[in-house]
Amino acid sequence: MKNHSNNKGFLHPYPHEITPQSVYQDRRNVLRQLAMGAAGVAASGWASRQALAQTGKPGVLAELASVPSGVAGAMSLDKVTAYKDASSYNNFYEFGYDKSDPVRLAHTLQTTPWTVEVEGLVKRPAKYTLEDLLKLSPMEERIYRLRCVEGWSMVIPWVGYSLAELIRKVEPTGNAKYVEFVTQADAKTMPGIRSGSLDWPYVEGLRLDEAMHPLTLLSFGMYGEILPKQNGAPVRLVVPWKYGFKSGKSLVKIRFVEKMPVTAWAKAAAQEYGFYSNVNPLVDHPRWSQASERRIGEEGGLLAKKRKTLMFNGYEAQVGQLYAGMDLKKFF
Amino acid sequence: MISLTARVRSACRHRWAKTVLFVICLGPLAFWLRGIALDDLGANPAEALIRSSGDWTLRALCLALAVTPLRVMAQAPELARFRRMLGLFTFFYVLLHLIFYAWFDMGWDVADISADIVKRPFILVGFAAAVGLSFLAATSFNGAIRWMGAKRWQVLHKGVYAIAALGLLHFFWMRAAKTNFTEVAVYAAILGVLMGWRVWRLFRKRS
Repeated sequence: MKNHSNNKGFLHPYPHEITPQSVYQDRRNVLRQLAMGAAGVAASGWASRQALAQTGKPGVLAELASVPSGVAGAMSLDKVTAYKDASSYNNFYEFGYDKSDPVRLAHTLQTTPWTVEVEGLVKRPAKYTLEDLLKLSPMEERIYRLRCVEGWSMVIPWVGYSLAELIRKVEPTGNAKYVEFVTQADAKTMPGIRSGSLDWPYVEGLRLDEAMHPLTLLSFGMYGEILPKQNGAPVRLVVPWKYGFKSGKSLVKIRFVEKMPVTAWAKAAAQEYGFYSNVNPLVDHPRWSQASERRIGEEGGLLAKKRKTLMFNGYEAQVGQLYAGMDLKKFF
Repeated sequence: MISLTARVRSACRHRWAKTVLFVICLGPLAFWLRGIALDDLGANPAEALIRSSGDWTLRALCLALAVTPLRVMAQAPELARFRRMLGLFTFFYVLLHLIFYAWFDMGWDVADISADIVKRPFILVGFAAAVGLSFLAATSFNGAIRWMGAKRWQVLHKGVYAIAALGLLHFFWMRAAKTNFTEVAVYAAILGVLMGWRVWRLFRKRS
């Protein structure tokens, strides 16, 4: 029996497992033909999902118009998680430890007025108002898988545009190697800040090439509406191939720096939360396995089987080259 | 006028007292069954059931361990009637906790479960505490006391203090992931007081 090589923490496919480029590039046509054809069972599921993603807005918050993204890998075909689950079950420590805390407590968050300061090693540092950011680039809908480091996952239709659009506007200088993301830390409106579980404010970071990757999303909405406060309103990051905690919520500062930023979780437990934190089924968390995940809202409910976690959360084709030659067990 | 203590004591002696306690102790189970039936356990029902059953195991254990201190302090010997039932409910809820974990989290995959027990110290500790409780439950009937001899039976059942410590460690370790120790501290304080009272009484008897 042949085994997949997992050299350097990658699970490498065999040539025969790789979809030929011609077939891969023709997939939209295949789907279109299916939708038009008589054998439309699978296709109608796809079509109704598209329709849901486009029109089935939860009707809770203000609408945020967008067009489906053309970025490679940006439109997952997985079943979209129910809005109720996505907006009531998440971590946002600024509002408490429990995943049921943010939805109960985040209503105090003040999102207007909101500014995001872009500073550091850039030619055009600027303080952007939320209105500036909303107009900076056309809004796209992107259906991303989200894998939490705790072992659960969702599929969420975000609204926003590639962070690269903003980065190009501010023109990083040659010595900018990393991007640091600082999120809101207001003791008056965020009860978690007062309890001091992490060293606030919550800081996250990416390498500049990761931040420039088209899949790295600056998000202002989900499910066709503006972001709920508990999900990081009014503007957040979404990096779909990394564990969820890498995607900072309620951003207030984006800083271009030369040295690798020290993230909030690295300060709290450096041996458990690495800077990269790419989703990787072959590199376990020191205290639990990362080989599988529970998809929230999975068919079968309580008795649904867990899913196998995919390398780079299924985005290896798009982002694998960013880590070529790196030992992902060392740079976890 | 009859004092409150006297009323509580007489209620405890009522022939329905044990039945009423039994039904109350089934409350969490009824709540979960309702939640499953109505799909009302939140976004992650498996996690909700596993955590809630762990919480109720600790709560039942605290109640069982509170019986003797209350009985002595309130001079209410009738409270002793409820100790075994509370102990057995502790075992009942830890059994459900194990079943929920093995079923919903591990899909009854024995290889996965054994790997998990080795991989995660907090699972190992919790598992050890559950095994310990099963010994106490298996020897909880009157015949076991005669069969083992009262002395040996008592030594075995003093093991509940070690089991409580393991259970608390299991909970502490699990919460260490989020450095969230508020609830752990509450259980530690309750168990600490219940243990402290026993130690204090032991020393007072000796001196």
